[in-house]
Amino acid sequence: MSDFLFFIEVSLAGLGSGALLSLTALAFVLIYKATRVINLAVGETLMMGGYFFFALAAGMSLPVWIAIPLAIAGGGLIGAIVERGIIRRMLGESPISVFMVTVGLGSVLVGLVEFIWGTDPRSLPDFMGSAPIFLGEVYVSRKIAISFVVAAVVIAIFLVLFRYWRGGVALRATATDQAAAYSCGINVPGVFSLAWIIGCGTAAGAGMLLGQIGGIAPTMGAFGLSALVVVIVGGLDSVAGALIAGLFIGLVEAWTGTYLGGEYKLVFTFGILILMLMIRPYGLFGTTEIERL
Amino acid sequence: MRIATANETYLADEALLSTRTQWAWMGILALVLIAAPFVLNNYWLYLACLVAINVASATGLNILTGYTGLVSLGQGAFMAVGAYTVAWLEANVGTPFFVNLVAGGALAALVGVFVGIPSLRVKGLYLAIATIGASIILQFFFVNWSSVTGGSRGINVAPATFFGTQLTTYFQLYWLFVPIAALMVLGAANLFRTRVGRAFIAIRDRDISAEVLGIPLLRYKLLSFAISSFYAGVAGGMWAYFFRSVSPESFTIVESIFYLAAVIVGGMGSILGGVIGAAFMTLVPEILRFGVEIASSYVSNAATLLSPIRTVAFGGLIIAFLVLEPQGLAEIVQRIRRFFHLWPFKK
Repeated sequence: MSDFLFFIEVSLAGLGSGALLSLTALAFVLIYKATRVINLAVGETLMMGGYFFFALAAGMSLPVWIAIPLAIAGGGLIGAIVERGIIRRMLGESPISVFMVTVGLGSVLVGLVEFIWGTDPRSLPDFMGSAPIFLGEVYVSRKIAISFVVAAVVIAIFLVLFRYWRGGVALRATATDQAAAYSCGINVPGVFSLAWIIGCGTAAGAGMLLGQIGGIAPTMGAFGLSALVVVIVGGLDSVAGALIAGLFIGLVEAWTGTYLGGEYKLVFTFGILILMLMIRPYGLFGTTEIERL
Repeated sequence: MRIATANETYLADEALLSTRTQWAWMGILALVLIAAPFVLNNYWLYLACLVAINVASATGLNILTGYTGLVSLGQGAFMAVGAYTVAWLEANVGTPFFVNLVAGGALAALVGVFVGIPSLRVKGLYLAIATIGASIILQFFFVNWSSVTGGSRGINVAPATFFGTQLTTYFQLYWLFVPIAALMVLGAANLFRTRVGRAFIAIRDRDISAEVLGIPLLRYKLLSFAISSFYAGVAGGMWAYFFRSVSPESFTIVESIFYLAAVIVGGMGSILGGVIGAAFMTLVPEILRFGVEIASSYVSNAATLLSPIRTVAFGGLIIAFLVLEPQGLAEIVQRIRRFFHLWPFKK
């Protein structure tokens, strides 16, 4: 029985980190849906969120409830600068070039963090407490539980916004057909900026949650690679896909990490990625692109 | 574009070097390469060897990415396969270095074909992501297959021996690496005068059209992966002989980004671009180091800032070239050439 309890505990922890993966994947999907850019720098934006929070809460000792919105705004600011300064100028270039730009961007962000804060990992000022939570007999880490709830709430808010808010509808319209959206009077460049700002802000928020659990380091951007697996498995332009695949990958990582050893985590997830690319390249819920001459 | 070049044979039309000026420049380049080791000091010879290795690998990636249009972020992993093969052969079999290098290239080519299999279904960005996945899985094998790779500590490599002499100094290695790199670049340049190379270019320009024209896509894409990884494998083998130890940290995803950056900065789809790109990207960190050395008299901890500055400069160069000069350094060279072609008649 205790084996089974342990399994449940591992699975719950997996769902918790899976929710964070979903949140990060949502940032990917948001940007991809609006602008058709695969932003490989999402992992690094997430890291910047963690470091912004660190600078504000630990460096300038601001209260947590001011530091959190400011750090998210900082992530959004990165998104705005990148979109207006770089991505806007690359409109119409091949997707590969834009993809490579985001690779370069990730490298710049990592370099900046190492330049300012050094390469040592740091822990964030704690704002969640650490007393464990018990669901019946099952132990759950408090931070993971809170992160799960926060991620779930944020994702729910996103789903509502996509459905009812003007901006969300404009974003979906842009994703479906740019030209048609333009002729309906939707400010398409505005939607691009908005998607980048919200996407990067979301990533920064996920970075704070992740930093609470595991601390922050310049190598944190690797989390973005796991999120990349999530979006490929779920489908690049599917919000539902990001949610389901996020939880699934979180569970797989938790199980392989616990029962096989930490080094197997990445191998399994990337094995799934390659299998997925060969069987269903557009993911579980993604739109199949048909190419014509 | 040169005008008034009336070629009378097909051979003359597709010649690599068509004018006397080009032959003269090549002659000068060859002379410089031969004279260089007698003039340069040890530090510059070290850099020259490093440039030769990187030129070989970047040219290989250029065949795949620049000419066939398949973006790969696995070049570092393919180099690692070559490096580990050479290290293992040197330690356990003791075959001559030339055989080792070719074996490293061949094994890397095999792995490359295997990694290229997803290109059956996906291309473009999806393929780039698949190669990231493949290189992470390869990395796992390098760390955990300790009986062959020495685990996370890595393995040491005995120096290459040439007729009984051990090649240890940079002067000796220069004579090994630079001819190999030159041969590989020449091979790549000639590849695109053949049927296979033309097929690669057709696939890059529009793969569906290429298939309609009768080019079997899968076979040629895998062939491109094989050739490119062969280059990477040989370059990785040279790398092993150069640094004399191989460990999983030597070839991370950062290394793959480095080679892709070299190809982009140099100019995709241009042999000259791959060469200058690799040389440029190898020398940039050294220039930065020079700058930091100057700054260290004013800033106390300048030395620790070197690595972050390099990282920023890498990313910055990728972004700047893609936004401002998408054709890369090769395009700048072309512009200079055009200026002199038209010289007195155009401002």
